[in-house]
Amino acid sequence: MRLAFLSACCLPALLAAAPAAANKVFVSNERGNTVTVLDSETWAVIEEFDAGNRPRGITISPDGALLYVCASDDDTVRVFDTETYEELYTLPSGPDPELFVLHPSGSPLYIANEDDNLVTVVDTESHTVEAEVPVGVEPEGMAISPDTRWVVNTSETTNMAHFIDTGDYAIKHNVLVDQRPRYAEFTDDGKTLFVTSEIGGTVSVIDMKGDAPELVHKIEFEVPGVLPEWLQPVGAKVTSDGKWLFVALGPANRIAVIDTESYEVVKYILVGQRVWQLAFTPDEEYLLTTNGNSNDITVIDVAAQEAIKSVPVGQQPWGVVVAPD
Amino acid sequence: MRQLWSMLLAGMVMASWSVAAQAVEVRTAVLRIDYPTLAPISRYDERPDDLGFAGAALAAEDNGTTGQFLGHTYETETVAVPPEEADAALAALLDEGIDLVVILARDEDLLRLANQAGPEVLVLNALAEGDALRGEACRANVLHVAPSYAMEADAVAQFAVFKKWSRWFLIEGSNEADRAMGEAYRRAAEKFGARVVEDRIYEDTGGARRTDTGHVMVQRQLPVFTQDASDHQIVVAADATGYFAPYLPFHLWDPRPVMGSAGLRPVSFHGAHEAWGATQFQTRFDALAGRYVREEDYQTWLALRVIGEAVTRTGSADADAIRDYALGDEFELAAFKGVPVSFRQWNGQLRQPILLYDGRITASVSPQDGFLHQSSPLDTLGIDEPESTCTAFQ
Repeated sequence: MRLAFLSACCLPALLAAAPAAANKVFVSNERGNTVTVLDSETWAVIEEFDAGNRPRGITISPDGALLYVCASDDDTVRVFDTETYEELYTLPSGPDPELFVLHPSGSPLYIANEDDNLVTVVDTESHTVEAEVPVGVEPEGMAISPDTRWVVNTSETTNMAHFIDTGDYAIKHNVLVDQRPRYAEFTDDGKTLFVTSEIGGTVSVIDMKGDAPELVHKIEFEVPGVLPEWLQPVGAKVTSDGKWLFVALGPANRIAVIDTESYEVVKYILVGQRVWQLAFTPDEEYLLTTNGNSNDITVIDVAAQEAIKSVPVGQQPWGVVVAPD
Repeated sequence: MRQLWSMLLAGMVMASWSVAAQAVEVRTAVLRIDYPTLAPISRYDERPDDLGFAGAALAAEDNGTTGQFLGHTYETETVAVPPEEADAALAALLDEGIDLVVILARDEDLLRLANQAGPEVLVLNALAEGDALRGEACRANVLHVAPSYAMEADAVAQFAVFKKWSRWFLIEGSNEADRAMGEAYRRAAEKFGARVVEDRIYEDTGGARRTDTGHVMVQRQLPVFTQDASDHQIVVAADATGYFAPYLPFHLWDPRPVMGSAGLRPVSFHGAHEAWGATQFQTRFDALAGRYVREEDYQTWLALRVIGEAVTRTGSADADAIRDYALGDEFELAAFKGVPVSFRQWNGQLRQPILLYDGRITASVSPQDGFLHQSSPLDTLGIDEPESTCTAFQ
């Protein structure tokens, strides 16, 4: 009787709290060969499951049902059920897949093959290779423009951003950037592309408004007491309003917060060691960072631009993706 | 032996170019002198026929892949000759109009060839390690991609000092190159606060280095040679000519770690190095050459990548333009060693991390943490600007 009363009283309250929905966070652990699953409300680890050899790039289908993981040392992309964590099937990826980007419709998947100087285009429904696009040496970063016209690949030794036309898979533009470009990130309005250069220590700002992409600025970093050589930009995320760019600085153990109006770094947020990739929660309240050498993720309060929590995950966390609402 | 690799990739059809695309033909040569030498102590160290050239082939592929997006084509001619034919071989390359030459030769030959090449030609040194070449005998037309003895000795010294192993027993070979290397270790000890408490020379008496019962002799001779040394924490071997150092570990009178030419060795690169994306380099190299990479291959690859990077950024294959860009403030290159490499403007030496290799894995990498420098930690390795005796770059 009392139990029933309690339920009756508290259920509406629980429902009211529901809109701040918990989302699953998936972290690929490069050395641990696992994926760690966390809850974005409690930040508790829900599960850790085997994900093949050297899981790095990680993304999720638009409906949140399928988790794609680059198992680099298995030369394949493994696909998991996000509810049961069962491996459903693998996708042909070409050798040593590291990073990929999914078309907003859920197919195809564009995969960078580091060993073969190729971008492989895979249909996620038929599980077949649709195209192979020769690019520069050591392709790595992948992004798709919001209008889906361009897939951008960065090549680490060639030091270019290659603009692949999604219509005919031909490269239409190349933009030279600084040494070892690792990651490419479009603003939501598609007007700007950011490319991080790990060894060059810069972020190239590429204007997409004209007929051809144009390099307009290079963002540089400086932290007192940290050797310039250790300021190595890798992962990057920009807020949906396009105002703030967050850049992971690898062995500098910091996230740079950049005002995209002025391209000034307004803050460096100290996180875990060797910070690699980033992901927002869908409401953009939090930004998550994978910290490869301290085996944890850091949760950043985006509005406050402050680190609020670190959570241990598997060995050498590399990539992170948050399930959509 | 003459071979021609040519990367004449027509390139893919590009609708438009964001980077200025103008046809540039880059013609380079790799000249290697093959010296008559005894067999190495270990079969693992036998010289492959394509030593250095395999690195050139990989660089041709890497540069060519990048070049196809810019309309740049790369052609690399490789020539291997005995010492007496080197001058004629260089003359022939210059006659063909090639003015970008990577040379794998010993110090005295490199210097003579650089003089012969003259100021219009850019020479990249991918082998010779002597400090004089970077000092009083430096030449304005030479860029040194190979690290110097001083850089390697400093790399070892920093690690030893980090370990607090500061009392050294230095064992030098008796050849000129061995003594030059030994001198670099003495200087490194002084620079970083270590002490050479004992210094002995192991005479090179010639003869075959491998015999069926060689280890029996070694096992009896080396303990005797190393006994009664002053109290020391490590043995440092300076054996540039490779005739005794590999015997030292396990045959010393006192049980001590060996560093330098055996044990923990300072190298520019090795076939097991995987950090900082190097796995990708190794995979590409292994597939191309069918063997593991050697320092000569890496240094040749890197020399040609320096040229490729300068051509990519300047759009010019002119030797002067490439030299100026390489020595300029803008130049930096990723070399799978964690930080960008660049050239010292006072002597043309490539500043770079040195890997400390135990024969299986990268045991450590110098510069070590805590060795500070006002401009670049990489300049804690080797002869720094204030001490340099090179005047050709002023």
